[in-house]
Amino acid sequence: MVAFTLPQNSKIDAGKTWPAPHKGDLKEFRIYRWSPDDHRNPRIDTYQVDLKSCGPMVLDALIKIKNEQDATLTFRRSCREGICGSCAMNIDGTNTLACLKAIEDVRGPVKIYPLPHMPVVKDLVPDMTHFYAQHRSIEPWLKTTTPTPQAEWKQSRPDRAKLDGLYECILCACCSTSCPSYWWNGDRYLGPAILLQAYRWLIDSRDEATGERLDNLEDPFRLYRCHTIMNCAKACPKHLNPAKAIAEIKKMMVERRL
Amino acid sequence: MAETHTDQRPLSPHLQIYRPMLTMMMSIVHRITGMALYFGIILLVWWLMAAAISAEYFALTQSVFGHWLGKIVLFGFTWALLHHMLGGLRHLLWDTGHGFKLNLVEWLARLNLALSIILTLALWIGVYWVRGTL
Repeated sequence: MVAFTLPQNSKIDAGKTWPAPHKGDLKEFRIYRWSPDDHRNPRIDTYQVDLKSCGPMVLDALIKIKNEQDATLTFRRSCREGICGSCAMNIDGTNTLACLKAIEDVRGPVKIYPLPHMPVVKDLVPDMTHFYAQHRSIEPWLKTTTPTPQAEWKQSRPDRAKLDGLYECILCACCSTSCPSYWWNGDRYLGPAILLQAYRWLIDSRDEATGERLDNLEDPFRLYRCHTIMNCAKACPKHLNPAKAIAEIKKMMVERRL
Repeated sequence: MAETHTDQRPLSPHLQIYRPMLTMMMSIVHRITGMALYFGIILLVWWLMAAAISAEYFALTQSVFGHWLGKIVLFGFTWALLHHMLGGLRHLLWDTGHGFKLNLVEWLARLNLALSIILTLALWIGVYWVRGTL
């Protein structure tokens, strides 16, 4: 359902301004905080980070804050090089990976929120359960009916090339949580990330469940809530284009009826 | 194991914090103009029915549309129609699987907006030029 405002328990209060640890080339970070343990509404805490002693990326600053100022600041991170997708969050108004977002690309204070329109577990950590369940629902594995070959399932080079621009997806959810359609109808609409994954299996030359997969997607909500708003492609930190993948699925829906 | 508080988890902010972008705005404006066209069509039907009812009633209707307030509404209707039509052409292009490159998407959004304004003005100037009055 479309709800433009936040529920009462989600409205954001003013938070604490942490003292700058020392002088230097200071940059302000305003970070969303919420803890399940203190029974308060979310708030925005303000931190100062000395850029001279900090790495170049927003993730470097978050780690520095956690190490040196506030050990309670909670966020997911792992690879720090844009391949795991853990540190997906909303930085400076758009969704991206904190490890790929340069601090110097943000003018003024760096505002950091969790991925939009998601239940918050703590601070910058959203609950991804529903997103993963949706991924499970498209059965993201090779489905075949012919007998399994002795060696590998073979694929020609041109057929393999069809997976380029799709297999790179790291399921960070930057795209899905940037999509207003997913905000309002995420309970039933699969969202850009999952639909890109669905297309990845639909055009895999080795997969033999194309019809069944399309049947599963042919639904006013699961697929057709995409209105080509394009936030997904703009947000993707891997420069993929979920909107295009969704358009290709819609085309497949039409083509199989011709 | 620590207690989990899934029922009281807040919803992270969305519309409040997302950076407004032209493409996103054009999408919502496409929908708003689409809804505005419903009202515009009612005006058109009213005008046609007035013509069918009587000369007096048609004259009354004409004077309503001829009022400066009526003209502003009609001007808005013209823009909504053209904006929505151009948006529809963009969607037709996307339905063919083309026009998804990010710089092209941006360019098409700007073109849509600019053309809708230019065509609306051109149409009204054209009408003024032909009729000598609005």
